[in-house]
Amino acid sequence: MTLLKEFILPRLVQWFVVIFIGVTVTFLIPRLSPVNPIDQAMARLSQFQTREPEATIALRESLQDLYGLNGNFFEQYVNFWKRVVRGDLGPSFSAFPAKVTDMIGTSIWWTVGLLSISTLIAWLLGLVLGSFAGYSPNRWWSRLMDMSVISIYPVPYYILSFVLLMALTYYIPLFPLVGGGKGVPRLTFDYLLSMLHHGFLPALSIIIAAVSFRFIVSKALSSQESASDSVQYAEMAALPKRKILFSYIIRNTMLPQVTDLGLSLGTIFEGALITEVVFGYPGVGYLLFNAVNSSDYNMIMGITLLSIIGIATASLLVDLSYPLFDPRIRYR
Amino acid sequence: MTTLKDLFRFSPSFRIGAIILILVLVLIGLSFFSPYEPDATRAVPRNKAPSAEFLLGTNSNGQDVFWMLTFAVRNSLVMAGLAVLIGRGIGVMLGMISGYVGGTLDRVVSSIVDSFIVMPRLPLLILIASIMRGQMTMVMLGVMLGLLDWAYPSKRYRSQILSLREREFTQTAVFAGMSTLKIVLKEHLPFLIPFLLADIVSGFLFAISFEVTLSILGLSDLGTQSIGTMIYWGNYYNALLSNRLWILAAPIGASIIIVIGFYLMSLGLSTFLDPRTRLERLQVKG
Repeated sequence: MTLLKEFILPRLVQWFVVIFIGVTVTFLIPRLSPVNPIDQAMARLSQFQTREPEATIALRESLQDLYGLNGNFFEQYVNFWKRVVRGDLGPSFSAFPAKVTDMIGTSIWWTVGLLSISTLIAWLLGLVLGSFAGYSPNRWWSRLMDMSVISIYPVPYYILSFVLLMALTYYIPLFPLVGGGKGVPRLTFDYLLSMLHHGFLPALSIIIAAVSFRFIVSKALSSQESASDSVQYAEMAALPKRKILFSYIIRNTMLPQVTDLGLSLGTIFEGALITEVVFGYPGVGYLLFNAVNSSDYNMIMGITLLSIIGIATASLLVDLSYPLFDPRIRYR
Repeated sequence: MTTLKDLFRFSPSFRIGAIILILVLVLIGLSFFSPYEPDATRAVPRNKAPSAEFLLGTNSNGQDVFWMLTFAVRNSLVMAGLAVLIGRGIGVMLGMISGYVGGTLDRVVSSIVDSFIVMPRLPLLILIASIMRGQMTMVMLGVMLGLLDWAYPSKRYRSQILSLREREFTQTAVFAGMSTLKIVLKEHLPFLIPFLLADIVSGFLFAISFEVTLSILGLSDLGTQSIGTMIYWGNYYNALLSNRLWILAAPIGASIIIVIGFYLMSLGLSTFLDPRTRLERLQVKG
């Protein structure tokens, strides 16, 4: 009972607070802006044609209904919440009458596939390499890694991916330029192979960027841990180096590392905007980009809400899993 | 001031970073002596490669890339500076309030801060920018970025203040009859300043990278010169496919150099802040 009351309950409350603030902010932003979305949509719709006045008024009313702009401020807020809870975010404006949720539903799997695999690989690689480099900082290979990471890490991600794209599809045409796979999606070996072929470059760019960040973090953590008494004692006892590294150093730096992994898995739902735009990958980020270009407001709102819920849930799960990784945290 | 002097003496990466940033400041200073107006098009021949006359070449609108870059760097840094000022202002204030006051207020503020830490910033910014499309000025972008980037610093100040409050010298000061305000200003602030410096650096990095991202999507104020909009217009006029690389190389190179400058500074700061290296340094000095 105390477990539930003192450990799980406060974290659940925190989860609700995050989602509450997120939904409220998403509700407020469009209403605080001086631009009226309905006028904008009307202007766009009547750009190429003239309409009867009655039809215009009817259109305006239906748009108002669609945007949830009926009634006073408080009623709008309650209605907004109702729609969020029902998971009904209205139709997309650029691909009317397709539903926002359906469109996100089809593209989310591309993003989840690409990002979950590349995030996991990058996390493992960065963790192990960084811990190695932190444990023996004076070896030539750890200096080499250090130098290359410091020169890669500050390069803006957009530029990194763009250079990769130019180099490996234009100058040396090894990989396809756009898309997530070749042909109609089905479960055949050929299609899976083409998915791998298409996904390789975006994944590589994510991995390079994420490994360099993880490397810096892990190196700092493990060099701190190497100076600890337990590690020095283990060295005096002449334990094998590999054992010291894996079961003393990495084990003890696990807590912040797992936190970061959980949070970065939570950001998956936000999509990898720049990656997907640069490599033309058909995921949520690409959807968001198209929505931005066509002012598809419902879609942007839907993706924002999805990413808020994703990250809040990820941080809840991370919080709940702490006692598994760190015996010092006994559900306080 | 002494903090800065120490930093300069003990950390080579801070030194290099500071020199890079001073060069950037010189570049910004040059913008006031530009022979052209920032948005004057067709002032020079179009699409000329870099030469002695046009240091970094000219672009497809007949603008001199070098002088454009001076304006762009100035605008980007002013925008980032505004974001840092607002973000750190809120962060320091909330961190101090919840650290010193404590109690229920602390719990409420901390819970809000924790929520804002995990709040995804890019989608929110895109939502704001796409609604404000065309009416978002550089100043507004700075304010927006500032309003979204205060939670993490605030948490750091809170934990710093909580640990400072428990230190012995605070108790000594209290028993010696120092007023609370004086303790905060004279005893605690010197400990917080290095953290503030590190935060300012990371705030600049955040703001610059977000400006570039938003501009590449065409969501920022495209009529104003900035590092991001220079890349946007370079792409718009197909600088890459028509082999006019210098148009893109200038803003990209500038952003990499600025980011590396700030990054090296923050690297130096974090070694300086690390308590163990600090001890070593003190022993060397004494």
